[in-house]
Amino acid sequence: MKKIPLKKLKEIDRILFFVPLLLTITGILTIFSATRPAFEPSHPPFYIRQSIWLVISLFAMVAMFVFDYRWLQRLSYYLYGIGLFLLLLTIFEGYIGMGAQRWLKIGPIRFQPSEVFRIILIVALSNYLQSKRSPIDGITFGASLLLFGALPFGLLFKQPDLGTAIMLFIISASLILIYGVKRKILLTTLALVLLLSPLSGKLVWHSLKPYQKNRLIAFVQPERDPFKIGYQIEQSKITIGSGRFLGKGYLKGTQGPLRFLPEKHTDFVFSVFAEEWGFLGSVFVLILYLVLVVRGFETAYIAKDSFSTLLATGISLMFLLYVFINIGMTMGLMPVVGVPLPFFSYGGTALVSNFMAVGLLINIRMRRYRLFY
Amino acid sequence: MSNKRRIAQFFTYLTVALFVVLLLRLWQLQLLKGDYYLAQSIKNRIRVVKIPAPRGIIYDRNGVKLVKNAPLFVASLLPGISEDSLDIKALSELLDMKEEEIRKLISGQDTKRLEPIRLKAGLSFSDVAKIEARRSDFPGLIIETDVTRYYPYKKTASHLIGYLSLPTVEQLRKRSKKEIVQNAPVGQWGVEALYDETLRGTPGRKFIEVDALGRQLRTVSIIPPRRGNDITLSIDINTQIEAENAFKRKSGALMAIDPRNGKVIAFVSLPSFNPNEFIHGISQDRWNKLINNPRHPMLNRVLQSQYPPGSVFKLIVAIAGLEEGVITPGYSVDCKGFISVGRWRFRCWKKSGHGLVNLRRAIVESCDVYFYEVGRLLGIDRIAKYARAFGLGSPVGLKLCTERSGLIPTTRWKKRVRGRPWYLGETFNAAIGQGYVSVTPAQAAVMVAAIANGGTIYRPSVLLDEEPQILGKVVLKPSTIRFIKRAMYDVVVNPRGTGWRARSGVAPIAGKTGTAQVVSRPADEDESKRWLPRDHAWFVAFSPVKNPEIALSVFVEHGGHGGETAAPIAKKTIEQYIKGNEKNTP
Repeated sequence: MKKIPLKKLKEIDRILFFVPLLLTITGILTIFSATRPAFEPSHPPFYIRQSIWLVISLFAMVAMFVFDYRWLQRLSYYLYGIGLFLLLLTIFEGYIGMGAQRWLKIGPIRFQPSEVFRIILIVALSNYLQSKRSPIDGITFGASLLLFGALPFGLLFKQPDLGTAIMLFIISASLILIYGVKRKILLTTLALVLLLSPLSGKLVWHSLKPYQKNRLIAFVQPERDPFKIGYQIEQSKITIGSGRFLGKGYLKGTQGPLRFLPEKHTDFVFSVFAEEWGFLGSVFVLILYLVLVVRGFETAYIAKDSFSTLLATGISLMFLLYVFINIGMTMGLMPVVGVPLPFFSYGGTALVSNFMAVGLLINIRMRRYRLFY
Repeated sequence: MSNKRRIAQFFTYLTVALFVVLLLRLWQLQLLKGDYYLAQSIKNRIRVVKIPAPRGIIYDRNGVKLVKNAPLFVASLLPGISEDSLDIKALSELLDMKEEEIRKLISGQDTKRLEPIRLKAGLSFSDVAKIEARRSDFPGLIIETDVTRYYPYKKTASHLIGYLSLPTVEQLRKRSKKEIVQNAPVGQWGVEALYDETLRGTPGRKFIEVDALGRQLRTVSIIPPRRGNDITLSIDINTQIEAENAFKRKSGALMAIDPRNGKVIAFVSLPSFNPNEFIHGISQDRWNKLINNPRHPMLNRVLQSQYPPGSVFKLIVAIAGLEEGVITPGYSVDCKGFISVGRWRFRCWKKSGHGLVNLRRAIVESCDVYFYEVGRLLGIDRIAKYARAFGLGSPVGLKLCTERSGLIPTTRWKKRVRGRPWYLGETFNAAIGQGYVSVTPAQAAVMVAAIANGGTIYRPSVLLDEEPQILGKVVLKPSTIRFIKRAMYDVVVNPRGTGWRARSGVAPIAGKTGTAQVVSRPADEDESKRWLPRDHAWFVAFSPVKNPEIALSVFVEHGGHGGETAAPIAKKTIEQYIKGNEKNTP
């Protein structure tokens, strides 16, 4: 483990550094606007907190690329164990918010273990896979799917954090698949899934919380929507649509401050941005995300070993899914699953972990030529 | 790891594809449907509240306010408040309302409407203080202030002035050009209804920015309401009060008009109602009571009741006789108390008979037999011609309510309606204003006004500054008018005149009594039972005899003989009016 020489600083990828930073600053400005007080005596300090989190996040990011990523590889299983333990702890000791136990309280700070767990999972799975021969055999396949797919899914589902659970499962499965699975095993699994899907579908449906069922009903059949979940979506669409081409102008949006739009500074922050900056601003933000994600996949391509390829792919896929599902949700393309928009939505733990993920991508790019330095 | 390149390519394409989906959706929402969503976002936060316009004031001819606009306090609930968030029981105690009533109002709210739900209107100051003190216990409960209508004269002239109440479902559906405000009452009767659009004004609008909880942030803009126009009626409230008091709680009607222009001076229909009862919504119970009251307080007797005019009609027959030349003032008939036609006997009201009477005595003493003879000479159709010329048999055109037209029968009418020929006996009945003949008190007033002014039929008008409208002119010989007026004066001043109770020291009054028979009496009926049930009393009059300023008709239900109950009412009314005019023009 060697420290990075100062002259190598210029090898930090500018796109991976500045795009998330730009997105976060835009996000803070939007949070400021969304939480503008209408009746409240003062401005809620969300934007200040998010700014502090940004500073912390930048340190976390630097920490992720200063050292060779291989130290992570060595620690990955321990970290994974801790991560699983924290998830378990959240179920029992979790701080309840919005019908779900997602927070853990350590001293004065609350944090969401699942947000950090995302990164740990990708790191641990990548490390596990690269230690096996590609394509992997049945035992490895089963073990990886159970350990890195089903287990975290179950724990997150129990929290309940369905959105994260599904997304992490997709990421894990994708990583296993792209690493390579023997054809015979793949076909057997596929057949099994097809056979069991009606049963598991039922099982999953019955274990859903009522509010989760409502969200799904609202999405599939908006006209049936018995609990007015559709109101959120409709208001979000109104918020976005009313921005039209140029937007209403910064601090001129009405939907957020007047409370027509729920979750205005967290899950639906993009709607507030789209209202004030219009189509033009929204396309600009979409392009930023596109650039970030594509840069991530390119990093995976140029990475020097299997571990870093898997890691970069996992991280990029994670960003892609989060962005698509969140923005899709605000525009009524996806059911409301409560997934924040990376770098944009208010939330400290998520911001730190996203910058850590970006730090890892930068790390991989920096060290793609030589084995050691 | 199989092929890094292919994996990277696959994910890049996937990324681009997903972003294109987002982009297209963004395009659809912001560019294709942007205007729609912008309108939606404005609708979200801007609430339009109608500001009711203050209604025009109604004055009497001397500038006395007949109605007032008074402040109104209403306990209302902000829209969107659900039943569960309220302690309905406590609220019902606070407002002194039934729980079901409140529940009905809340559940019946139109969810699209953003106006507060009015729970109780017309709160007193102490009510307001009581509610204000406990408002924090009831989220969404507010005190609204509004303007209401107050009728200081209460039951007086209520059939003329009318009343206001909340628009009916029908009225809301129709919504005339000047928009009806849901919570603002509209004119439902009398002048309030007839001149509703004049009085109503134009409601203003207030645009308020609100948040999702309905809390008001600021007023964005205000379009101020335009006050309704005032109206000055031609009635004299003092004369009106005097006239109503003169009825001494009897049912009946009185219409006094200025014979020079048709302006209505007094308009009495008794019993009447208190217009203040309706404005905040009358209870079903109370309404049923009004409607089912055997004395029919909601009936406008001036325009909506028609009765045989009795001897009042003899004026028409006399004029017709003189004009047609079938009689002269000197034409005499010997009244033996009855006249026989075949096996029928037509009686005079005076059993013993009047003896030999000329036209003047026949009018003064109201001899029936004399007019049977004149009727025989004229025939029904010639009587009808004059009756119609004086405005009888058709509405007078006072559009205060649906008006009845009375009936002036003719031979053609009988053929058409009854399919039978006209009989002489029916002419006798008609000649003394009984039988088929019926008139409304308004028609009687127009008729007597025309006699007073020499034959001009004015359309009665209740607005002081409205141009007088002439409906027709009866061309009469001056001698006829002179004679009839003189005879009518004699009815009052002659010791034997039937209208002696109208004799006045204040002003010379000319009049004619009338009695509308309620049941036909058998010929040999006992004299003491004669007025049971009592006949309706009529009296038409004008004053002063020279240059008349007031002409009126008085109708008293079951008032007995016209001279008995109706004449004193006419006298008091005329005296009040003449005295009032003298005071006003020193």
